[in-house]
Amino acid sequence: MTSRRTAEGGLIDRSRPLQFSFDGKSYQGFKGDTLVSALLANGVRVMGRSFKYHRPRGPWGAWIEDPNAVFNVTLDGAELPNCLGAATMLETGMEARSVNAFPSARFDLKGGLDLLHRWLGAGFYYKTFIWPDWHLFEPMIRRMAGLGELNTDLIDGYASDQLHDHCEVLIVGGGAAGLAVARAAAEAGQDVVLVDDHDVAGGRLYQLDSVEGQTPRDWVDDQLAAIEAAGGRVMTATTAFGVFDHRLVGLAQQGAFGTAPRLWRIRADRIVLASGAIDRPITFADNDRPGVMSLDAACEWLARYGVLAGRDIAVLSNNSFAAPAVRMLARAGANVTEIDPTDGAIRALGGKRLKGVEVAGKRHPADTVLVSGGMTPLVHLWRHAGGKLDWCEQRQAFLPGATPEGMAAIGAANGSFDLDHALAEARAVARHEPRPDGTGTYRLTPLWPKPGSKGRQWIDFQHDVTLKDIELAARENYVSVEHLKRYTTLGMAPDQGKTSNMAGLAAMAAIQGRAIPEVGTTTFRPPFVPQPIALYSGPHAGQLYHPLKRLTLEAQHRAANAALGEYGGWLRPGWYGSGDPKFHIRDEVVTARKVAGILDASPLGKIEVIGPDAERFVDFIYYNTVSTLKPGQIRYGFMLTERGHIMDDGVIARLDRNRFLISCSSSHTDHVRAHLETWRQDGNDPDRIFIHDLTQAWSTVTVTGPKARDIVAALDIPLDLSAGAFPHMTLHYSSFDGTPVRIARVSFTGDLSYEISIRSSRAADLWQALAAAGEKLGACPVGIEALSVLRAEKGYILIGKDTEGETMPHDLGFGIPRQKKRAAFVGDRSLHMEGANRDDRKQLVGFSVEPGAPALPVGAHLVGEGERPRSQGYVTTSHDSTTLGHPIALGLLERGADRIGERVTAWHQGQRFTATICAPCFFDAEGERLHA
Amino acid sequence: MQLFPCPFCGPRDEHEFHFAGEAGKARPDTTRTVSPEGWAHYLNDQRNEKGRVREVWMHLTCSELFAMERDSVTMEVLSSAPLREDAQ
Repeated sequence: MTSRRTAEGGLIDRSRPLQFSFDGKSYQGFKGDTLVSALLANGVRVMGRSFKYHRPRGPWGAWIEDPNAVFNVTLDGAELPNCLGAATMLETGMEARSVNAFPSARFDLKGGLDLLHRWLGAGFYYKTFIWPDWHLFEPMIRRMAGLGELNTDLIDGYASDQLHDHCEVLIVGGGAAGLAVARAAAEAGQDVVLVDDHDVAGGRLYQLDSVEGQTPRDWVDDQLAAIEAAGGRVMTATTAFGVFDHRLVGLAQQGAFGTAPRLWRIRADRIVLASGAIDRPITFADNDRPGVMSLDAACEWLARYGVLAGRDIAVLSNNSFAAPAVRMLARAGANVTEIDPTDGAIRALGGKRLKGVEVAGKRHPADTVLVSGGMTPLVHLWRHAGGKLDWCEQRQAFLPGATPEGMAAIGAANGSFDLDHALAEARAVARHEPRPDGTGTYRLTPLWPKPGSKGRQWIDFQHDVTLKDIELAARENYVSVEHLKRYTTLGMAPDQGKTSNMAGLAAMAAIQGRAIPEVGTTTFRPPFVPQPIALYSGPHAGQLYHPLKRLTLEAQHRAANAALGEYGGWLRPGWYGSGDPKFHIRDEVVTARKVAGILDASPLGKIEVIGPDAERFVDFIYYNTVSTLKPGQIRYGFMLTERGHIMDDGVIARLDRNRFLISCSSSHTDHVRAHLETWRQDGNDPDRIFIHDLTQAWSTVTVTGPKARDIVAALDIPLDLSAGAFPHMTLHYSSFDGTPVRIARVSFTGDLSYEISIRSSRAADLWQALAAAGEKLGACPVGIEALSVLRAEKGYILIGKDTEGETMPHDLGFGIPRQKKRAAFVGDRSLHMEGANRDDRKQLVGFSVEPGAPALPVGAHLVGEGERPRSQGYVTTSHDSTTLGHPIALGLLERGADRIGERVTAWHQGQRFTATICAPCFFDAEGERLHA
Repeated sequence: MQLFPCPFCGPRDEHEFHFAGEAGKARPDTTRTVSPEGWAHYLNDQRNEKGRVREVWMHLTCSELFAMERDSVTMEVLSSAPLREDAQ
């Protein structure tokens, strides 16, 4: 075994052993281990296979930066894909499986792919699989690509809570700087939240012997106690994954494995970024071999988990952090050799088992090679917030530059790598004092990829991008970093290039002879580490995502055995009765035509427009002239958008000289109300117009059919219902059982109809009375499905179903206001633009199908003749009409109005149907029944 | 997620708001002749400026329109005021 558990040390709880398995083999770790630290403690080195070449890989980093140890983990039946092994806390019973490897990471059947590497460079898919057709190869490539496998079984209760909060100072990172700033700010009376993604805060402090005279553990505990004593909040195991507009920080708080993280949206007055820095790899031949690891990670494994990464260790470091690290590893019992990586060409020796490293021709035997290419500050959140980066020549790193409003960066994230300096900086920032001078003692010799050097030199471990791929991209002129990224997929893996982007852009800089800051970085985007989609969706599913509007009469409908469904955002009766809906719908249609149907029409919009300017306003809002209505009269009309397209249709009633009632489509009410409000306030005197949406305050029951008058008359309503006294398209106020009602003669079926509106608290009594009166005469309740057949027979349209985004009123045969109306109205000028005047516009027509022939499918294209006929329109509504004895349809067809009487072919999924084009009205064209 | 200040209700989440257009756009008088170019300009041409912009928004929960000035690059909100000077 090369790596092993030390006799003592670390933050793990050695009294609590935990059993787990990896690739089917059982192991033991301790409480406080990560999956990777526990595997290393058991001497396991190979923990995965690489993305493209299936090269054996071991862990590189000790935390979220690790690109290699990616596992599918199962615990108590809950399986999560693509877990970062280095940052997944061990729980007893975990079964981890390496991804991209079969049967195991150690023996992977696809390992042979690596031999083909010469042909698998960047862009090879696109160059190789052109002939005869990419789609031939795609399924195989898709199967081979990707990391873990998704278990599609839903995990019971896997739903994220979502919380909203606010604080004065939010500190990201609980290392030395984060703890210091949090304590100083909290003790200064500020409302502080400190967030750290480890279970145990303290960052890299545990690598040190002492902090300000205390052991690191005591110092960290003291800071945490002081922060909480001063009223601050500390959130561990919580990742700040993104900074969004106006200082909103997204936090993912981890719970037990298999439970969804909790989403916190915290709005902070000030964000202090103390996210630290990560060690970066050195680029050399075969630098991806298992056993080549980050020097800093080895120190973390030792300090936090009591794991010594190797026995005979070669250290390659270009910076001043190596000396204390070497001392620490040697003291723990390793045999450590320091080698200067700037001496010459470097090559890792050995394969699955590392044998050493060769530098400038000299071989150094070792079982472990620890490398450190310099610290890279974690500035992701800084960039999310719009902060700028400046290149620091001395530290060879991008550091926070121009500051976003209300944000500060401190500690290693700001390039302050020395402890004393970082602490002083943190305390100064907490108190809004000037930061300490100086840049610290950290020194390094620049060491970047050397183009043209021999061997396969890995830049991006997670996506298998090598230096040769970068060179290829440069040769093919993909030289901008954003192009480089997409062509080679550098930094596009789940780790988003945390350990690879710097090397990649430095390589491009070297190839082109440019400076690193000239090449620049790619865009940093949230999330900082991958998060499950469930985090964002939270409880917003089903009714909580899209709550249905409920009818006052829902209980009555349920009692009448209604099949309730969603129609335009409302839960409404589709039909009444159980079993095959087809028969119920047909029976309801037949009864409504023969006797009468009773319908809950409550969702119909009821928006009142009131005030001295109301008349002028509705004329402006409507395509039709409304001002000529007398009180008590009703008119059908359209509202248009400024582009002249139909937004909504419906009737408008004049209740009074200065009071109108707009009855808009049930599903468009909110939209219409916002539309009215916009025009009321922008372009009118809002003190002279008032808009009042009363949709939910009133319930409406409609009685429709030849016996409708008899049914309404049975209610003892003190009103003359005769056609002479109460004709079609008029409205009266009256009372039902002592409660005021508004009765409108408006029809959406083509038959005599009364719409009776009453305040919702009395709706049940009205419904019961009408249902009882109807039953005596043989009427029945009808649902939306039957209504939709009845209205189609009459040729009444539904906006958005029988119209499309470009339909104008003259396409529906309502051309008169376009020619005659003098007053300005919304959309007026658009009705005379070139497009509106085209003679090949799609117009509303009906289609009559022979008895016995199948109904036209909705959506079927109306086509002409020839081999590949062009679509000239489509079917929008289609029903097999019992009333008429044959199928009918409505549709939009180019020049349709001029083609009445022609035969037309409808094409749908390879099938052809024929029908005769007719006027869009199949029932009572003369209107005798309507006006009865 | 941005915070927008409704002049009537105070700061609220951006989800509560609806963009109603760039401020200062006048509807042509359609009772007079409006050229196709003039109408197309009104319908389609937006200033879409980078930096300081003045826009009309609706706070959906109170239905009030208001003018807001903000920076389209930094997303900073600079001011918000009712459409009418005499309101408040």
